Amino acid sequence: MTDTLPDKLETLSPMGRPLRRKEDARLLHGQTNWTDNIQLPGTVYMAILRSPMAHARITHLDVTPALSEPHVVAAYSAKELGDLNGAVPCVWPVTDDMQAPAFPALAVDKVRHVGDCVAVVLATDRNAAYDALDAIEIDYDQLPAVIDLESALQPGATLVHDGADSPGTNECYTYHLPGTGIPYDEAKTKADVVVKRRFINQRLIPAFMEPRAVVASPMGVSNEMTVWSSTQIPHILRVLLALVTGLPENSLRIIAPDVGGGFGGKLQIYREEILAVQIARQLGRPVKWTETRSENMVATHHGRGQVQDIEIAATKNGKLLGMKVNLLADMGAYLQIITPGTPLLGMFMYPGIYKMDAYDFNCIGVFTNKTPTDAYRGAGRPESTYAMERIMDELAAELNMDPMELRKKNWINHEDFPYATIAGLVYDTGNYEAATDKAMEMFDYDSLRAEQQRRRASGDPVQLGIGISTFTEMCGLAPSRTLGALKYVAGGWEHCTIRMLPTGKVELITGTSPHGQGHETAWSQIAADILGVGVDDIEVIHSDTGRAPYGMDTYGSRSLAVGGQAIKKAAERLIEKARVIAAHQLECSVDDLEYVGGAFRVKGDAEKAQPLAAVAFEAFSAHNLPDGVEPTLQAESTVDPQDFSYPHGTHLAAVEVDTETGKTTLRTYVCVDDVGVQVNPMIVEGQVHGGLAQGIAQAMYEGVEYDEDGNLLTASLADYLVPSAADLPSFTTSTTETPSTTNPLGTKGVGEAGTIASTPAIINAIVDALRPMGVTDVQMPASPQRVWRTLQEAKGGNA
Amino acid sequence: MSQIPISVTVDGLTYDDEVEPRTLLVHWLRESIGRVGTVVGCDTSSCGACTVLMDGQSVKSCSVLAVQANGHTVTTIQGLAEGEDNWHPVQAAFKECHGLQCGYCTPGMVLASIDLLQNNPDPSEQEIREGLEGNLCRCTGYHNIVKSVQYAANTMAGKDQPAELTGGAR
Amino acid sequence: MIPIAFDYVRPTTIPEAVAALVASGEDGKILAGGQSLMPVLRLRMAAPSVVIDCSEIADLQGVRDDGNSIVIGAGTTHHDVMNSPIVKEHSPLLAMATATVADPAIRHRGTLGGALAHADPAGDLPAVALALDGVLSVTGPNGSRDIAAADFFTDYFTTSMAEDEILVSVTLPKLGAGWGYHYEKFQRTAQGWAIVGVAAAVHRSNGNITAARIGLTNMAPSPVRASSVETALSGADATVKAVGDAAASAADGTRATSDLHAAADYREHLARVITKRAVLTAGGI
Repeated sequence: MTDTLPDKLETLSPMGRPLRRKEDARLLHGQTNWTDNIQLPGTVYMAILRSPMAHARITHLDVTPALSEPHVVAAYSAKELGDLNGAVPCVWPVTDDMQAPAFPALAVDKVRHVGDCVAVVLATDRNAAYDALDAIEIDYDQLPAVIDLESALQPGATLVHDGADSPGTNECYTYHLPGTGIPYDEAKTKADVVVKRRFINQRLIPAFMEPRAVVASPMGVSNEMTVWSSTQIPHILRVLLALVTGLPENSLRIIAPDVGGGFGGKLQIYREEILAVQIARQLGRPVKWTETRSENMVATHHGRGQVQDIEIAATKNGKLLGMKVNLLADMGAYLQIITPGTPLLGMFMYPGIYKMDAYDFNCIGVFTNKTPTDAYRGAGRPESTYAMERIMDELAAELNMDPMELRKKNWINHEDFPYATIAGLVYDTGNYEAATDKAMEMFDYDSLRAEQQRRRASGDPVQLGIGISTFTEMCGLAPSRTLGALKYVAGGWEHCTIRMLPTGKVELITGTSPHGQGHETAWSQIAADILGVGVDDIEVIHSDTGRAPYGMDTYGSRSLAVGGQAIKKAAERLIEKARVIAAHQLECSVDDLEYVGGAFRVKGDAEKAQPLAAVAFEAFSAHNLPDGVEPTLQAESTVDPQDFSYPHGTHLAAVEVDTETGKTTLRTYVCVDDVGVQVNPMIVEGQVHGGLAQGIAQAMYEGVEYDEDGNLLTASLADYLVPSAADLPSFTTSTTETPSTTNPLGTKGVGEAGTIASTPAIINAIVDALRPMGVTDVQMPASPQRVWRTLQEAKGGNA
Repeated sequence: MSQIPISVTVDGLTYDDEVEPRTLLVHWLRESIGRVGTVVGCDTSSCGACTVLMDGQSVKSCSVLAVQANGHTVTTIQGLAEGEDNWHPVQAAFKECHGLQCGYCTPGMVLASIDLLQNNPDPSEQEIREGLEGNLCRCTGYHNIVKSVQYAANTMAGKDQPAELTGGAR
Repeated sequence: MIPIAFDYVRPTTIPEAVAALVASGEDGKILAGGQSLMPVLRLRMAAPSVVIDCSEIADLQGVRDDGNSIVIGAGTTHHDVMNSPIVKEHSPLLAMATATVADPAIRHRGTLGGALAHADPAGDLPAVALALDGVLSVTGPNGSRDIAAADFFTDYFTTSMAEDEILVSVTLPKLGAGWGYHYEKFQRTAQGWAIVGVAAAVHRSNGNITAARIGLTNMAPSPVRASSVETALSGADATVKAVGDAAASAADGTRATSDLHAAADYREHLARVITKRAVLTAGGI
């Protein structure tokens, strides 16, 4: 062997550096592999007839006329599909007595939301499939729509699910979590002040840019099926598709190729995926379906959708005593993968960063004739953070205290960690003081307060508001035992396999499934640091159950916090195996070797060294391996996280509110997040930016609107207001770095942080601007009209 | 319905084809000639994911019929660079400034940015934001897209990059 | 989504276009720039049997100076209108309002004539044509005629053009010296439609406002003139107070509707606030 040694003994670690992304070259040249790009011979295209009504009985349905239309191969309603009409699964039965109604892929007898799937047409031409939908005969008998959550629970309310096994209510479940402290009512007796508020956390649409798509390709008589889907969860999808369709799991291969965003919206097993697989199986040819944006708005699950009744008790000095939370959570028409559990992901986080003696959480899940809800960026935690951070401002106003002072008085001090919260979690680390101090300095809080005073004094029609949000979240989902205790049916571990190829190149196989997060770059950085190879020598393989068989996919800010641990452990194991081979090659003891700069070196003898690539080749050729050592150089690790990690941060917003029109302009946004150790700060910052935009959008622009008949009014991107560049400012972001102690990399999570923190900061700022005029809340989204009307009402006008 | 003959030059190659009149330019690009770099994001010409240049000007290819492109020249994201090492300055800037995450809006965002810089080689931040108002991104919050366009403008003008755009050492 | 199938013709002259329209009966649809039509077709909210593409008729293109007025071909794109030196010099209000239409890519395809003939109550340009006393020239099988903007917009998405007529050009009188202009658009997002828009032209002389023309967008099924504001401003002091007083009647005579983005009473309130702002800016006050 004539391998050359690396020039330098010490190479610069790639960890913590803002490496430009490996993914970008193909994305920037249009050399992408979106699911809709996949074009297989013999494909038939699926078009879906969807219900135009929110709630109706199907009185007549005949798909046979569609069969006479040009290019049509098949058409199905629930009747024709028969046993293949699989049930969409829910994997989180949160209580033993939860109402879990059937959710057939194609509606049986009744439709329950606008967009419900009624029938499908398959044609050899995509346009012809759409055209043939018009030939399907269908009649409906319209029923009253269940829209409002409180009305839905009234006795005698129309039932969304009224079959023979219906319990006769729209209540899906009731969940109670008592805090670990004293009863809330006992804490309340000591209170000088009790503040109660009702907040509406409105429904949102994930609105990822790539609409969903699926291609299901059966492999003839072998019963094998390859499914390409624009999903966040190829591994979970494989298990669930096997369970739903009865196809052997080992004959299903799921591939999530390039996936254009997800934000929880692609954390799902969808009707259309089940239909594509079942019909491909039936027809023996590939079935392709690509969602239109119009379908996306009604058929991709929505997020949020809660009515939050919050009560907080405190002393007159501003010491928090307790908190009581009563939620109504909108399930929509059916339960999807984690619909009932999504609001419960927030139940541990209502107390946020604060100490208190009592906590009481209650949630009622409610069925309505609307699109099902499920995870959307933050999933439960934005809702809880919103309620807590909003009511802290209301309490501050009640006590006539500066809202930041109130927070400081109650938050967990950095020397208190690890800290067992009233909600039953143990926060491992945090430093709220440091993040806040830094943010306050960057924001120039005092001079903004001074400007606010000037504007108030002069009666400026444009008022300035300052909003604070100090938050933490639980991320890195999740310790499997905790998931089990919460009745979630799967685990929360993550897997990595690392394989040295004979040429010295590396394959890193991960169970995470990126859709914009830059895992190929960041995972390479982690492995390159340990293996001492170049970042570009590592190929990250993911999102294909054929090539990356084990994984729990990407959601809940888990990929680095959990998957990163598996990468680290696998890389370390690989080096340990290589060390044994290297010692054999160098004729020394393993204890005599140090691994530096990509090579094993005999301590004290600079001449004797063996690069990793040479070890890899030896493991491949196997000509001279030590006794008992198996050929090939690879290692794997499956890590179950010991606990969650808890990123936190302080977010500050300054808004200008035009009191004449109600229009809010976000002037300055400053945030300091502590996401622990950062593998790639450029990617971290990008995640924060994107999260901020979505959280700000909830506060100012976005909100699903239905009319009383259950028609979706915000049914296109022209009416559902995803903000553009012109609607947002640049952000001032920074970080502090308090390593997490729940994983060996010290990382936390960052994907959801910005979204969780920013929404209350904006609304607190708007309310702060208008508080002298008597405003104590503004419902989201704080549209100009809503702000103006709130102002008129506060002034006692009749608007 | 009748098929109509068209001849369109896309990324330097001329394609002769026959299309149904209702065929959208974006569908023709993707499905008839395999230029799948251009993508569809909505039904209402709101998102801009499908933006291409037609005769050098940005258009939303979901709102142009393929027959309307007859006799015209179309440039897509796939026609900007010649080879691995010869990136358009806007492409290079998006990578340098982390102006993309999932990459789905990116083809449209890059072409809209090129159009913007053609009309205004030295735009202010506000002009960049307004110039990109027809292109939605769900990942980046636009912060780094704005920086990417500023960076590209500097590159194209032969100016030095200010420190706040260079993103620190690798 | 994909449009329902249709036939397609692309005339190159105005008479050919008219002939195609006549031949199509009631089912033909003119495609000017297509930026309003294409989403409607894709959402299958319309199903014309034939689409008559007028985007390559040379006689519909361009802007010319016609002495006391300017004439803009109906097929001139928004991009070309707002960048036309003639428009910028003699009808800056139109240039200003056009720059607020949708986004740059849409302005590259969408046309002035298309926007006017589409007559969307939330469209920005009808109010400008109305405020400037524009004249719209249309051609049909029986020849050409001119329609004053005040008579052109009749209802939601409805004009006084006959079904077999097409819009050929728009003539805007030059207002001459002493006029200032502003288009104030109130919207929820930058690329959104106007909740309310105000097109204002204000003439000042010796510290007074001598004349004003104000067109309102989205305050009725079709654009309306804020006549009582115009009357009140005529001869008023060029002061914030006087303009505010005059603008208080901006919603008089309007028929604002309620929709997803705004209720009628809020639109009326906005009309007063925005009119005041538009007049102040236009008048340089």
